[in-house]
Amino acid sequence: MATIEQTTEIGAPANRGGSAGHDAHATATGVTNKKLGMWLFLASDCLFFGAFIATYLLYRGRDTVGPGPRLLFDIPFTSATSFILLMSSLTMVLALAAIQRGDERRLRIWLLATALLGATFIAGQVFEFTEFNREGLALDTNLFGSTFFILTGFHGAHVTAGIIWLMSLWGMASQGRLKQPDSEKIEIAGLYWHFVDVVWIVIFTVIYLVPQPGNPGG
Amino acid sequence: MTTVSGAVTAPRRALLLRRPTKTTGAFSWLTTIDHKRIGIMYCSLSLLSFLVGGLEALLIRLQLAGPNGTVVSAAQYNELFTMHGTTMVFLMGMPMAVGIANYFVPIMIGARDVAFPRLNAFGFYVVAVGAIFLYSSWIPGINGVPNGGWFGYTPLTDTPISAGFLPGRGPDFWSIGLIMLGIGSTTSAINFIVTILNLRAPGMTLMRMPVFVWMMLVVAFLTLFAMPIITVALIMVFFDRNYGTLFFQPAAGGDPLLYQHLFWLFGHPEVYILILPGMGIVSEILPVFSRKPLFGYAVVVFSGIAIGFLGWGVWAHHMFATGLSPVAISAFAVSTMLIAVPTGVKIFNWLSTVWRGAVRLTTAMLFALGFIAMFTIGGLSGVLHSVVPSDTQQTDTYFVVAHFHYVLFGGLMLAVFGGFYYWLPKVFGRMLDERLGKWNFWTMLIGFNLTFFPMHFVGLYGMPRRTYRYDEGLGWDVWNQIETVGAFIIGVSTLIFLANVIVSIKFKRGAVAGNDPWDGRTLEWTTASPPPAYNFADVPEVEARDEFWHHKYTEDDEGRLMPLPSGGADAAPAEEKHGHGIHMPSPSIYPLVMALGLLPLGYAAVYHSFAWLGLGVLVLLFGMYAWAIEPATEPEPETVTGRTPEPVH
Repeated sequence: MATIEQTTEIGAPANRGGSAGHDAHATATGVTNKKLGMWLFLASDCLFFGAFIATYLLYRGRDTVGPGPRLLFDIPFTSATSFILLMSSLTMVLALAAIQRGDERRLRIWLLATALLGATFIAGQVFEFTEFNREGLALDTNLFGSTFFILTGFHGAHVTAGIIWLMSLWGMASQGRLKQPDSEKIEIAGLYWHFVDVVWIVIFTVIYLVPQPGNPGG
Repeated sequence: MTTVSGAVTAPRRALLLRRPTKTTGAFSWLTTIDHKRIGIMYCSLSLLSFLVGGLEALLIRLQLAGPNGTVVSAAQYNELFTMHGTTMVFLMGMPMAVGIANYFVPIMIGARDVAFPRLNAFGFYVVAVGAIFLYSSWIPGINGVPNGGWFGYTPLTDTPISAGFLPGRGPDFWSIGLIMLGIGSTTSAINFIVTILNLRAPGMTLMRMPVFVWMMLVVAFLTLFAMPIITVALIMVFFDRNYGTLFFQPAAGGDPLLYQHLFWLFGHPEVYILILPGMGIVSEILPVFSRKPLFGYAVVVFSGIAIGFLGWGVWAHHMFATGLSPVAISAFAVSTMLIAVPTGVKIFNWLSTVWRGAVRLTTAMLFALGFIAMFTIGGLSGVLHSVVPSDTQQTDTYFVVAHFHYVLFGGLMLAVFGGFYYWLPKVFGRMLDERLGKWNFWTMLIGFNLTFFPMHFVGLYGMPRRTYRYDEGLGWDVWNQIETVGAFIIGVSTLIFLANVIVSIKFKRGAVAGNDPWDGRTLEWTTASPPPAYNFADVPEVEARDEFWHHKYTEDDEGRLMPLPSGGADAAPAEEKHGHGIHMPSPSIYPLVMALGLLPLGYAAVYHSFAWLGLGVLVLLFGMYAWAIEPATEPEPETVTGRTPEPVH
């Protein structure tokens, strides 16, 4: 219900009557304050990841000591965890659809599923980090170690924050405090969650899939 | 129904502190989410920073007053210029603009509040906490005063502590402190953009907005996109120092120049973050005291936007001396010349606004005119930097110091002082004294030029910046003496300003301002002085640019101004209303609590301490969850419990 109203409002002149300024739905752009705020935060976060990714690209193949990406990467494994993370975007969409229909039971199920899929991805990342570390890659081994761990680590921190957010929403839903009119709370969390997934698509492509120039360490 | 909701609310409230309700007293300031009071707090913090950063500057000038100065040691001198720069940019300049905008942007667009009142308070407290964190490095025994310059070049700053060129914790405090301040300015940028785009009064189209609002919109976008870049650079510096990463370590293939690129990709937009609010302020002052609309409003607005875009394409002119490729250097030289165009356009717009106007030389107007003159000088020496051979000669000399003080002090600060004389009567309801104001202006202008103009000369004579002493007989002695005298005149001028504020406002010696002391043009002059908490009893319907002016004046057949009979300064019947029935968001303690959580997190980062980390996370999470659960506006007392309603005001 709420979404339908909002889409019709976009582009239309603001309909504000004389009500107080904090009426969430009466804005000059038609996009609610909180949603616009989240979009802006994500725009800012693009630059955050962009700077790290640019650094990674600049330093690619500069190392004189190993181990390097070709030796360490297990593409099938990381493809599997990436697929799991992408599937969490699907469950996130289903969670939003559920609350917009007023189906609170399915909302809880899909929220939990999204958080669990995200947690599986993080578990995979933890496994990958320890595996790389066992094979001799640390933050101070070479530039690959520095750039890889910091970039993917900060992405993992974003996913972890998202999981905490989703679990908090799940907790609220379980107490019956997330109803149909609160669907924007899920939508905004969804924006963040999808963004983190999209960033991972870029990181996965750039770091894992684009062929690496030869590092002496492999 | 009431019992059910009561049963749900009771356990939920157990987690929370009691909702603050006081509207007066110190505690009410800590919990306020009124954008006007937050604006006052921002400006107070900035003024305090201005005094502290100014004292640091005076110590620097004392040290350099003559050859072979002995006032401070080399190490102390490094700390002084680093903290002076960091303070003036991050703790004075940015919060000052944010403070003035916090107070006036919502009123100027006819809004009762900002989009995110609690986030707004959080942004302020993060900046305050960041300031406390940075300055706590001066506590004896911590040995961590930042000392690597305000742009903290690598590999000087990022070499691991064990092998450090900079012993002590200076760059750690600096990088973590700046990350905190970045969080604060990013939240305030989001708040400004959403407020300006979403909360304009009916009829307040984008092209009817006051220029100051426009400039703050551009500034907010610049802040939003610039802050993450420096955050990344600072994270890399911090990890290089503390966890052995190799981002900027040449021995491992790391590139210190990458740091310069990242820093200036933030740093040059930052220059416009600092100056555009000043341009906005004078664009408000000049039309009022020339009794003419701003000349070429649309051109001024689009020039501001053009500066916002071009500002991203000029960063490498800070790096002409680093050996970039000739193609890159040429491209950045051209873009730097290009950005002078919209800036020059604005200067001519301001001059044309004053031209043939009925000029009133109030203190505010004097400061605005001073801004134009000083900023033009700074702009001209800036264009010299786009000429690569000339810039290579000037890099890291006092010529550069002269240039950026002309744009930032002569630009931003003169505009800010003008803004104070213009708007403080609205904020406190009392006029500042004009006689003291003129003393303030002329001493400021003379002191400023005595301090910074000779720096052009000593710079061209080869005096490097950041040198803590110099030999005699290099031809620098007299100029440096003059500069030091000038700096103390600026100090005296600042004291005159403070005296003016204290006498006129604190001791209420200033004349009562009334709603519209300057015959103003924009919506803030339709409200009471000071404005009520809800700004407007009736949200205005805007029909024109310079809305209030059109309520007061019309033009006769020959284009002469005619006062409208119904208009006039004190015709604001809306303010007679008491404002009952307007529900403003309730005060909240949690923005402060959440921001305080960042303080232990900062020490945890610097000292690798899990105890500090645990404390920080605990406070942060408590603040975050309590904030999320707490309703933005407390429901009316009687609907919850049936108690007798308490008066809201």
